[in-house]
Amino acid sequence: MNYFPDEVLEHVFDFVTSSRDRNALSQVCKSWYRIESSSRQKVFIGNCYAISPERVIERFPALKSIALKGKPHFADFNLVPHEWGGFVYPWIEAFARNRVGLEELRLKRMVVSDDSLELLSRSFANFKSLVLVSCEGFTTDGLAAIAANCRCLRELDLQENEVEDHRGHWLSCFHDSHTSLVSLNFACLKGDINLGVLERLVARSPNLRSLRLNRAVPFDTLQKILMQSPNLVDLGVGSYVHDPDSETYDKLVTAIEKCKSVRSLSGFLDVAPHCLPAFHSICPNLTSLNLSYAPGIQGGELTKLIRHCRKLQRLWILDCIGDKGLEVVASTCKDLQELRVFPSDPYIGHAAVTEEGLVAISSGCPKLHSILYFCQQMTNAALITVAKNCPNFIRFRLCILDPTKPDAVTQQPLDEGFGAIVHSCRGLRRLSLTGLLTDQVFLYIGMYAEQLEMLSIAFAGDSDKGMQYVLNGCKRLRKLEIRDSPFGNGALLMDVGKYEAMRSLWMSSCEVTLGGCKTLAKKMPRLNVEIMNENEQTDFIFDDAQKVDKMYLYRTLAGQRKDAPDFVWTL
Amino acid sequence: MEGCSKITEACPQLLDLIPREREWLVKRADERSSEEKKLELRLGPPGEEWSLRENAKNADDRERDESLLSLGYFSNGNQHTRKFSSPENLQPGSVWFNQQLSQQAKATPFLQFPSKTVTTRQSLPVMAKESSQPCCTKVVVDLQQSAEKKAFSPPAPANTAVVPSSSQKRTAPGSVVGWPPIRSSRKNLASSSSSKPVTDSQNESPNKKVASEKPVETCKKGMFVKINMDGVPIGRKVDLTAYDSYEKLSTVVDELFRGLLTAQRDSSAGGIMSEQEEEKAFMGVLDGSGEYTLVYEDNEGDRMLVGDVPWHMFVSMVKRLRVLKSSEVSALSLGSSKQGKESTDEMRRKNFAAKILF
Repeated sequence: MNYFPDEVLEHVFDFVTSSRDRNALSQVCKSWYRIESSSRQKVFIGNCYAISPERVIERFPALKSIALKGKPHFADFNLVPHEWGGFVYPWIEAFARNRVGLEELRLKRMVVSDDSLELLSRSFANFKSLVLVSCEGFTTDGLAAIAANCRCLRELDLQENEVEDHRGHWLSCFHDSHTSLVSLNFACLKGDINLGVLERLVARSPNLRSLRLNRAVPFDTLQKILMQSPNLVDLGVGSYVHDPDSETYDKLVTAIEKCKSVRSLSGFLDVAPHCLPAFHSICPNLTSLNLSYAPGIQGGELTKLIRHCRKLQRLWILDCIGDKGLEVVASTCKDLQELRVFPSDPYIGHAAVTEEGLVAISSGCPKLHSILYFCQQMTNAALITVAKNCPNFIRFRLCILDPTKPDAVTQQPLDEGFGAIVHSCRGLRRLSLTGLLTDQVFLYIGMYAEQLEMLSIAFAGDSDKGMQYVLNGCKRLRKLEIRDSPFGNGALLMDVGKYEAMRSLWMSSCEVTLGGCKTLAKKMPRLNVEIMNENEQTDFIFDDAQKVDKMYLYRTLAGQRKDAPDFVWTL
Repeated sequence: MEGCSKITEACPQLLDLIPREREWLVKRADERSSEEKKLELRLGPPGEEWSLRENAKNADDRERDESLLSLGYFSNGNQHTRKFSSPENLQPGSVWFNQQLSQQAKATPFLQFPSKTVTTRQSLPVMAKESSQPCCTKVVVDLQQSAEKKAFSPPAPANTAVVPSSSQKRTAPGSVVGWPPIRSSRKNLASSSSSKPVTDSQNESPNKKVASEKPVETCKKGMFVKINMDGVPIGRKVDLTAYDSYEKLSTVVDELFRGLLTAQRDSSAGGIMSEQEEEKAFMGVLDGSGEYTLVYEDNEGDRMLVGDVPWHMFVSMVKRLRVLKSSEVSALSLGSSKQGKESTDEMRRKNFAAKILF
């Protein structure tokens, strides 16, 4: 291939879009590396501390779109101390300084300050898309800067962020001439919204295809908006409470009927269930339905709605749907690919779904490949049945609310059930386990889960052997996160080279000691081994036998990070 | 624990998983009974077992046993003997202990167990049904659930390997940080009208980069609406999120204005209203039978009679409240509601003139 001119190769490479594939391309030979690197526009950085922004810019001069991830996954559950890190400012500052033609920025679990947003909005004339997922650190003032200064902005997508709402007029900061909005999602904002401004913004955005409102947007505004935007593809309803016998309600029904393009429905952050029938006319078109933030809809009302949704591929729902409701889903939604069932009452004992619901889904929905299931109880028999019914799982995440609960019928550990899952689902890439589990389940995982990339373990296992089976067996493992499990130095130090082939390892409340971590850090200079100890810092340093609360290690080319807070100690 | 009650197999030997440098030994079968005995003895009020044990052990053993006691959870090693083809050092019935808790145990020489916890003699009802093999260690897990878990005073929640017992269905997992693994924004959904207390540790130290304190996640904020009453120049405010029904609201309205009303009548009529008359005034605020009637102004600006729509819908629509004399209500036209109720039908015709009068 060396006799093809560069432009030809580049053109060919243009058809290769996924980061992984392009990474593979760049390893073929030096010239391919050079061409690929100089032409890559979209970059994905799975750990913002694995590499410095300068190095990224140097390697990918054509960079236009970047995705960055910051905190470890367990930060979602408050296991990572609040000031751990993950600041985006240095990245934005580096891009600005080097005049990168940034157009898209996608961040997950990062700390985004208002200053960062302000700098972002002023530095990149062609900036088009900002997606923030599970981020924090900014206020509506930062959003105002984005709205005011990013004249080409097409997408502002805020998913589940912690935003301090100053109830400012950030929406009003979009200029009257700003007509390019395609996607606007502010569902996570808690404050009030100027409704008139919102309506006018929607009215002057003919390309708007995705709109997700927050709780402050009431029923009648929804109705007016839908009248303006019959071409919406993705709708997130804010507040949905009204009198179904009113004129406004009738108008909404009419407006909804016109929205023939809606494929994805979510929100209902406040809902009067007897108003839901207004949506029945578009349900048959829906491929995605997310009612997981909609409190107070009883199982019966949910199923009434779902019976209309025959084309559903993705469903996120609360467990008040019940096992019976899941049976309805199984018989209605034959195209279902992804299901998430969240607990409506996180306290143990109230979960309304059991292994029966899961089995029903598995037998009714052959295309199912991703599941997140919070339930009251599970059995090996059920898991074995599910494994048989659905051999195509890519993601299997089971959370029994009582994390060490055994098989509800036999009282055995759930080793055999999960063993069946990994044995049957050869393409499994992500797995989360709960229930009473011994080292045996990890033996199975090590033996069978060849494609496994991410594994989450909590309150499981008996000894170092468990973790060793996994590290030995899962060749493709990239992320391993463990909490409250009896794995110690023996497991940690068994194969230190493995961690350079992985993105990261998290261990909290395990048996690993400071001495073990020090040993590891010494052997592997290209790993950052971070210890987090929020108490007794000074004693800690001198006692190698002390167990560490939280350890997070990751491979990096950037060396020890300089923005770590006091309680984080990089060995 | 449910698991406990159905265990019929022998409680196996205990395997100590602490690394050797700490001089922990693998316990073999012959040691088991004495070991368990030590454990049994420990599971009671502090004074009792100390005297029994002081003689028997040296300090080193004591420390070890303290940590054996600690509040780890235990895998049901019993059941999987058959399945294991793994090497012998992984013995069935392996038990894992949380050393951090054992260190806390050092600080307080013995763990303060609440009186209701167990020895094998004073078992939980569950235990009593068991086979003679005491699975005493498993019972330790239940201790987690008692209110006295504070006695263990874990400084960092992450240190406690606490496992909620499945025998106590209503256990709040507040003691286990980050469990169940859902985002904060999902935690307070349960019902929008009742606000469940946030017991889980959401409140970390505020991020310095944020201008002010980290906002509390989706708890419904207090919703205060003005309430005025005919003839009373000064109004009050009520927090509607504090109530979950119309009955409670009417009681509160009653309390708020009763005093004011009495005072006014006193000054104008020069007499003291009897309790009976007072009650008559407020009874039936909601159904139109009393002397006063409660109305509200909704988000469309219409005046509506309180009580027609479900409570949570009312809360989402109400902007202010008013207590009118029932006699005046019938003279007005109120906002529309299609749920025709008997005598108040005519009051519900929409007439924007009503807005002018108030």
